[in-house]
Amino acid sequence: MMNLQDGIASGQPADARRRRDLVKALLLSIHRQLASISSPQKIRLMEVCGTHTMSIFKHGLRHLLPDRIELISGPGCPVCVTSPGQIDAAIKLSDIPDLIVATFGDMLRVPGSQGQSLAKARARGADVRIVYSPVDALQLARDNPDRNVCFLGIGFETTAPVVAATLKMASQLSVNNFFVYSCHKTMPNALEALFSSKESDVQGLLCPGHVSAIIGEQPYGFLVEKYGLACAITGFEAEEILLGVLSLLKQLASKYPFVDNCYPRAVSPEGNPSAVAALEQVFQPSTAVWRGLGSIPGSGLAIRQQFKRHDAESHFGIEIEEPNKVSGCRCHRIITGQIIPPECPMFRKACTPENPMGPCMVSSEGACAAWFKYGGERL
Amino acid sequence: MVLLDHGSGGLASSRLVQEIFLSRLSNPILNELEDSAILDIGQQQIAFTTDSYVVDPIFFPGGDIGELAVNGTINDLAMKGGMPVALSLALILEEGFSLDDLERIMDSIARASIQAGVPVATGDTKVVPKGKADKIFINTAGVGIIEIRFPLTASRIRPGDKILVSGTVGDHGATIMTRRQGLEVPGQFQSDTMALHRLVRDMLELSGENIRCFRDPTRGGLATTLVELAKKAGVTMEIAETEIPVRKDVAQTCEILGLDPLYLANEGKLVAVVAPDVADELLALMQESHLAPEPAIIGRVVEQGIMPVVMETAIGGKRAVEMLTGEPLPRIC
Repeated sequence: MMNLQDGIASGQPADARRRRDLVKALLLSIHRQLASISSPQKIRLMEVCGTHTMSIFKHGLRHLLPDRIELISGPGCPVCVTSPGQIDAAIKLSDIPDLIVATFGDMLRVPGSQGQSLAKARARGADVRIVYSPVDALQLARDNPDRNVCFLGIGFETTAPVVAATLKMASQLSVNNFFVYSCHKTMPNALEALFSSKESDVQGLLCPGHVSAIIGEQPYGFLVEKYGLACAITGFEAEEILLGVLSLLKQLASKYPFVDNCYPRAVSPEGNPSAVAALEQVFQPSTAVWRGLGSIPGSGLAIRQQFKRHDAESHFGIEIEEPNKVSGCRCHRIITGQIIPPECPMFRKACTPENPMGPCMVSSEGACAAWFKYGGERL
Repeated sequence: MVLLDHGSGGLASSRLVQEIFLSRLSNPILNELEDSAILDIGQQQIAFTTDSYVVDPIFFPGGDIGELAVNGTINDLAMKGGMPVALSLALILEEGFSLDDLERIMDSIARASIQAGVPVATGDTKVVPKGKADKIFINTAGVGIIEIRFPLTASRIRPGDKILVSGTVGDHGATIMTRRQGLEVPGQFQSDTMALHRLVRDMLELSGENIRCFRDPTRGGLATTLVELAKKAGVTMEIAETEIPVRKDVAQTCEILGLDPLYLANEGKLVAVVAPDVADELLALMQESHLAPEPAIIGRVVEQGIMPVVMETAIGGKRAVEMLTGEPLPRIC
């Protein structure tokens, strides 16, 4: 019989009370800090990371923050920024006979430019498997030596080092039927593209905690220097997000923006050098196409020559054709913070999680999914 | 084309039922779309239900496909107030399936049936060629006698009513999700599969028609069940995250896998919507019962707002709770 006495997480009054008190105290500080910023205009802050977006909605933080603070979702949902051409290519891969496509679950239902998806391909008979880690995909290849296994490498600096380590393992063990289709992207250059391309009224950034744990504090420096943006590296609990918001307000009030590491329990100033080394050993910077941001030099990760035998793109001759336009879908404007999901005419109408028109409605970290699931505009 | 989504118990499933099934089979009994059909036979009301079990893996901590097939169908009867009389048992076996495993499953069916006091009264076996089914699929149907003189339906829910849940949510779903993926995760949690008809009987004896309705939050979890009830009743439900019982190790596992315990299946829990005056006595009854480990009053019913279910979060924020859409998916980073 299981012991339920010490098994209850929620409903632990002391813990919940403590958290509430902490949140209350942080909100009070945020209100005070806001009062010291004289300009009556809205303060627009961007949470770069999709995990932040989800956490903000899940905890109902938007309702607790003062109306003057506007939180906008940024380009930090890896599924959402994967280009339509790459999605199409991944679906095409699943048509190759005897190939097993191994992917994180979020990719399954993302629609391609013709309305097709990996989920639909699977229903037609393609062998598409959900894995929780690239290591599982490698195991799949070892368990099926007579078939090819291709892992869809989606994700930022957080996911890519694990993929790098897996590729090294595959190479060492000569698992020659294991391939990676690298759609990996790196964050700093994308932020550069976002803030250099047009007039942005975003004043501060909640920088992604997980990515920062790998790359450290330094890569955000240019955002402060070139664009005068306040930056706070932030964890994912409600209290941590509020702490990040408070830091941004303090920076704006003092007019001295800097990169404030509000997540020191996970992020050290220099990041994780061994993860960065693994990345550099296996991948080299390449030009990547981002949904919403277009082609950005140096923002992708291509597999280096030494590991080419595992590169799905060259082995299967993947050709990426970016469709001219994905009709009606405004995910590209949502990713760049130009509109919020309820401002998209398809939101909750033609586009729902059940019948998604774009990746932001599919991904568990997509802004549209968050607004839909947690009733953002309806409460 | 049928997608896995259509079987997830969420929006896609309900669309399949409406557009493909009800459009052809519509009749006043079926149209209710409740856990059991209610039939009037002479002076007697009978609850009648059927369910198929295809769980993978077939053996898991806390139970197996056989036990699930007995308890699940009993619970569907019980939710409508039907006290189970007998079950049918139909097996679809894949050629090559191990006889040892079959015996093990039949042992557990026998055990569950004796424990619940509900005999298997009729059965059927089919064997299909290797690869045409996955090991074993089970269908059970059940009939139950309804002694109460009022309907247990969502339409009787009123603003002011209280919402009770009989124990920790997500245990079964978290168990299956982790086993299916072969994941090693922290904790000792296991499936909660359990027959609930005796708990329902005791609750009905205590509070009678002050109980508006019962639901077992299986596929789609607690969240989907509450949204369905609120929509059917034309009300809004306000629940408090801190009141919803979730095992700590289940919560941690969900955290790791990017799952939400509110959407994970339960196989031994019930939700009861009850008149405000009887909520405390029912909670006390459940606290005394081994069939309701860690029961709680999780919220109340209010006049209909824009969203059917609204939750006060643990830190004091507010958010909507929606139905499950698509398979529960793991997170990406």
